[in-house]
Amino acid sequence: MNALLLAQAEEPQNPLVPHLDELVIGLIAFVIVFGFLAKKLLPNINKVLEQRREAIEGGIEKAEAAKIEAQSVLEQYKAQLAEARHEAARLRQEATEQGTALIQEMKAEGQRQRDEIIALGHAQIEADRKAAATALRQDVGKLATDLAGKLVGESLEDHARQSRTIDRFLDELEEKAEAAR
Amino acid sequence: MSADQTLAFDPDCHIFSGCGFPAPGLHTFLYEPIATIGGFDFTKPMLLALISTLVVVGFFWAAFNKPKMVPGKVQMIGEAGYDFVRRGIVYEIIGKKDGEKYVPLMVSLFFFVWIMNLWSIIPLAQFPVTSLIAFPAALALIVYVLWISLTFKKHGFVGGWKNILGYDKNLGPILPVVMVLEFFSNLIIRPFTHAVRLFANMFAGHLLIVMFSLATWYLMNGLGFVYAGASFVMVIVMTAFELFIQAVQAYVFVLLASSYVQGALSEHH
Repeated sequence: MNALLLAQAEEPQNPLVPHLDELVIGLIAFVIVFGFLAKKLLPNINKVLEQRREAIEGGIEKAEAAKIEAQSVLEQYKAQLAEARHEAARLRQEATEQGTALIQEMKAEGQRQRDEIIALGHAQIEADRKAAATALRQDVGKLATDLAGKLVGESLEDHARQSRTIDRFLDELEEKAEAAR
Repeated sequence: MSADQTLAFDPDCHIFSGCGFPAPGLHTFLYEPIATIGGFDFTKPMLLALISTLVVVGFFWAAFNKPKMVPGKVQMIGEAGYDFVRRGIVYEIIGKKDGEKYVPLMVSLFFFVWIMNLWSIIPLAQFPVTSLIAFPAALALIVYVLWISLTFKKHGFVGGWKNILGYDKNLGPILPVVMVLEFFSNLIIRPFTHAVRLFANMFAGHLLIVMFSLATWYLMNGLGFVYAGASFVMVIVMTAFELFIQAVQAYVFVLLASSYVQGALSEHH
C-alpha cells in the first residue's frame, strides 16, 4: 500500500512516451513467442494439415477411382447380360428350328415307313394273289379236266395235259377281269 | 482486484465520510517494481508480458508439438485459432501466395496481443499489459521495420520511395503536396496510430473498469449502497465489453499489420 501511495505521489509520465525497459521486455516476450511458433510449432501443424489434406484428397481420388471401376464393371456386366440374353434367344430359336426340323424329319420318316409298310403289304397281297391265282388256275384246270373226263370218258386226261386250251381260256378270263378292274 | 490496485486508495474511504472520490488516473498505470535486478526495475506488467509468452507458447506447444492427423481437443482449438488468422486475415488481405510467409508473424502477433489484452479481466492480474504504450509500440515497431524493409526490397531504393510517397505522375501540380502528406502519413503517423489505437483502447477500457470498481467500493455507505449496485452492474457490463474489445483490438492490430505488408508488396500503394 505504501509503495503505491508513493507511486501516486510521483509525477505521472506522459502515457504516450514508452518506457525503454518495458519496450525491451515487450520485444523479448514477443520474439520468444514468434520464435517458437515460426520455427517449430506452426511448421509442425502445417505438415499435419498438408498430410490431412492429402489424405482427404487421396480418399476422394480413391473413391472416384472405385466409382469409375464400379461403373465399368457394371457396364461389362450389363454387356455380358445382354449378350447372354441374346445367346439364350439364339439358342431358343435354334432349338425351335431344330425341333421343327426334327418333327418334319420324323414325320417324313413316319410317312416313309408307312409307305414302305403299305407297299410291302401290297406286294405281299399281290404275291399271295398271284400264288392263289396260280394255284387256282391249276386246280380249276384239273377240276375242269376231271369233270370233262368224267363226262366224256377217261381218256381226255392225257390229252388235256398236253393241251393248252385251258390255259388260254384262263388267261382270257384273267385279261377280262383285269380290263374290268 | 489485485492487492496493488485495491490498495491504491484508502480502503476506509467511503462516501458521506468526508472523503473525496479517489478517481483513477495516470497513476493507475504506474507500478512500483516487484524486484530490481542490477538497476533494472521489474514490474508487474513486465511479469504479465512474460507470462503471456508462456501462455501463448504453452498453449501452442500443447496443441501443435505432436500434432495428429485426427486432432485432439487442444489441437482442434489451436487449429481453429491458427486457421482464423491464416485464412481470415492473412489470406484475405495479402493473398494466399504472398501471405503464407507472414502467417507465423501474424499468428504470433494476434495471440500475443490478445493474451496481453486479456489480463485486463483475469482476477489477480487485472491489468491489460497493452495499456502501457511501450508494449504496443514494440509490436508496432516490428511491423514498421518489416514494412519498410519489404518496401525497399521489393521495389528498390527509388521504387521504394515512390511506393512510400505515393508517387503518381497523373497527379500533376499537386504531386509535391501529396508526397509530403504521404511522407508524414506513412512514415510517421502510421506506426504511431498503429500502436496508439491498441494502447488507447485498452487504456480507456481499463480506466473504466477501475473507475466503476472504485466507485462501487466508495459508494458502499448509507444511501450510497443503491448507487453502488448500479456501479457494480457497470463493472460487470464493462468486463463483458472488454472481453469483446480485447479480441477486436487484437484482430484490428493484425489486420493493419497485414495490410501494411500487403501495401509494401503491391505495385501501387
